Amino acid sequence: MDIVRITFLVGAVVLVPAALIAYVLVTDLGVRLLPARTQPRIRPWLWILPSMLAVTVFLIYPTIATIWLSFLDKAGQTFVGLANYGEVLGDGGVLVSIRNNIFWLVGYTALVLVFGLILAVLADRVPYESAVKSLIFMPMAISFVAASVIWGFMFAYQPPGAPQTGTLNALLNLFHGSPIAWLIDHRTNNAALILVAVWVWTGFAMVITSAALKGIPPELLEAARVDGATELQVFFRVTVPLLAPTLTVIGTTLVIFALKAFDLVYVMTGGFYDTDVMARRMYGEMFNNQNFGTSAAIAMLLLLAVVPVLIFNLRRFQFQEAIR
Amino acid sequence: MSVAPVAAPSRAETPIVVEATKEPRRFTLGSLPLNLALILLTIIWVVPTLGLLVSSFRPGFLISRTGWWTALAPPFQFTLQNYSDVLQTNNLFTSFINSLTIAIPATVMPIAIASFAAYAFAWMRFPLRNWLFLLLVGLLAVPLQMTLIPVLSLFKSLGLSGNFFGVWIAHTAYGLPFAIYLLRNFFGALPGDLFESAQIDGAGPVTMFFRLVLPLSVPALASLAIFQFLWTWNDLLVALVYLGGAPQFAPMTVTIANLVNSLGSGYELLTAAAFISMALPLVVFLALQRYFVRGMTAGAVKG
Repeated sequence: MDIVRITFLVGAVVLVPAALIAYVLVTDLGVRLLPARTQPRIRPWLWILPSMLAVTVFLIYPTIATIWLSFLDKAGQTFVGLANYGEVLGDGGVLVSIRNNIFWLVGYTALVLVFGLILAVLADRVPYESAVKSLIFMPMAISFVAASVIWGFMFAYQPPGAPQTGTLNALLNLFHGSPIAWLIDHRTNNAALILVAVWVWTGFAMVITSAALKGIPPELLEAARVDGATELQVFFRVTVPLLAPTLTVIGTTLVIFALKAFDLVYVMTGGFYDTDVMARRMYGEMFNNQNFGTSAAIAMLLLLAVVPVLIFNLRRFQFQEAIR
Repeated sequence: MSVAPVAAPSRAETPIVVEATKEPRRFTLGSLPLNLALILLTIIWVVPTLGLLVSSFRPGFLISRTGWWTALAPPFQFTLQNYSDVLQTNNLFTSFINSLTIAIPATVMPIAIASFAAYAFAWMRFPLRNWLFLLLVGLLAVPLQMTLIPVLSLFKSLGLSGNFFGVWIAHTAYGLPFAIYLLRNFFGALPGDLFESAQIDGAGPVTMFFRLVLPLSVPALASLAIFQFLWTWNDLLVALVYLGGAPQFAPMTVTIANLVNSLGSGYELLTAAAFISMALPLVVFLALQRYFVRGMTAGAVKG
C-alpha cells in the first residue's frame, strides 16, 4: 500500500471528523456572542447544515436532475418530451425486465416473509434457537457477489451422462431426473436468481419476526390453547394477526430491494437469457449504450414503482411519532 | 416492534391448567417433526456455503470434474493452491486493500456527519424540523439509481470519478438518511431528565452532545458502523459506476464479478476469491452479531 493512499485514508478518517468537531465548536463560539434568545434559533441550522448540504447535492438535486434528463435526448442536450418513455416501453428487453421485476416483487417478497416467519416460529420452540438463527442469518453479512459465486456452484450444469458437479443437478441425478441448466433455461432461471436472494434475505425477516414474536405475551397463546385451539389454529388465528404490522414493515423493505435488485443479475447472468431487471437494464443503457435519456427514463419507472412504499413509510412514521 | 395492543385475558379463571401446560411447552424436544423440519431447513441454508468452502481447498482439476461432496470421502485431496494462486495472479490482495480503503472512510464519515444532525433533530426545536426529517424518511426509499447519472457527471467535472474520493463521498451521502434516522430515534429515546439536569448544571448543547449523548449511544453507533461497513464492503454498484472499472482501484466485489465473467473454465480460483472476500464480513458479523441485529430491528428501511 503506497504512502499517498495511507495519507488520504488517514486524512479522511481523522480529518473529516476533526473538521466537523472544529466546525461545531467554532460556530458555537460565534453563536454564543448572540443574544441568549437568538442562540437556540440559529444553532440547530448549523448542526444540520453539513448533512442537509450533502443530502441536497448528492440525493435531492440528482433525483430532480434525473427526472429532467428523462425528457432529454441521448446526450442530455435537447428536449424530446416523452420520447424516451415511448422508446423504453416499446423495447422488448425493457418489458422483459419489468416483467422480471414483478416476479421478484411477488416471489421474493412472499418467500422471504414465509420462510422468515416459519423459521422464527420453529426456532422459538427449541433450546438451540440462537445457533439456528446465526446460521440462517449469516448470508446477510456477505456480498451478493460472493453469494453469486456460492450459488454458481450450486447451479453448475454438465451435459446428461457426465458426472454432475453442481449440488442441485447431482440431487436430480440421484432421483433419476435429467440435469437442468438452471441459469440458462427460461423455465428456471428467474426462479433460480430469486432463490439466491431469498437465501440471503430470509435471515433478515426471521430476526425481526422473531423479535416481534418474543413481544407477544405468552398468556395470549395459552388462553387460546386452554380454549381448545390446536397449535395450527393458534398460529393462524393469534400469532399471525399479532405479527401482521411487523410483517408489513419487513415487506416494505423487501419490496424496495426487489425493485432495486442488481448485483445478483449482473454477476450471475449479466441480464441475458431473459433474466434482466430494471436496475441492471438502467446500468446497461447508461454505460453500454451511453444513452442517458432512456437510462433516466428507466430510473423514473423504478421511482414511480417505489412511490406507494414511500408514502406508506411516511404515514407509518407520522403515526409512530403521534403515539410516541 | 409494534404489536397491536390486545387486552390480556384473565388468567384467574384457569390458573392451574395454565401453569401446568406452560413450562413443558417452551423447551420440549418432544415433537420430532418440528425439530426435523428446523434442522433440515438449517442444513439447506448452510450447504451452499459449506460446499464452496470445501471446494476452495480442492485442487482445480478435481473441482471441474467431481462434486464437492466427493472430497468428504477418502482419498482426501486438499490444497491451499487456489488461495495462493488467486492472491498472486489476480490482484486479489490489492483488491482486498482497495475494499478496506473504500469501506473505512465510508463508514467513519457518514456517522460523524449524521450524529450532529441527528442530535439537532432529536433535541433542538426549530421551524420545519418535522418536515425536513420527513424528507429524510422519504429519501430512504428513493432508489440509488435516480442519482447515478447526475452524480457521475458532477464527479467527472470535478475529477472525482475513477478514484477513491468519489466513492467515499457517494457512500457517505447515500448512508446519511439511514444514519440520521437511526441515530435520531436512539438519541430521542434517551431520558429527557438527563438533559434538564445537565442544563441546570450549566452545560450547553455542545457539552451535552460530547459528554452525555455520544457516550450513552455507543450501542447505536456500533450497530450503525457495522451496517455501514458491511454495506460499503459488499457494495458492487457504487464502485462499478464511480470507479469506472480501473483495475488498480477495484474493490473485491468488482474484481470477483470480473473474474466470474472472464474465467470460464478456470473457475476453481473463484472459490478461494469468494472466501477471501467473505472472511472479514463474517468475522465482523460473528463478533458483533448482537449490535447488527439490534440496528436491524431498530427499523431498517434502507434506500
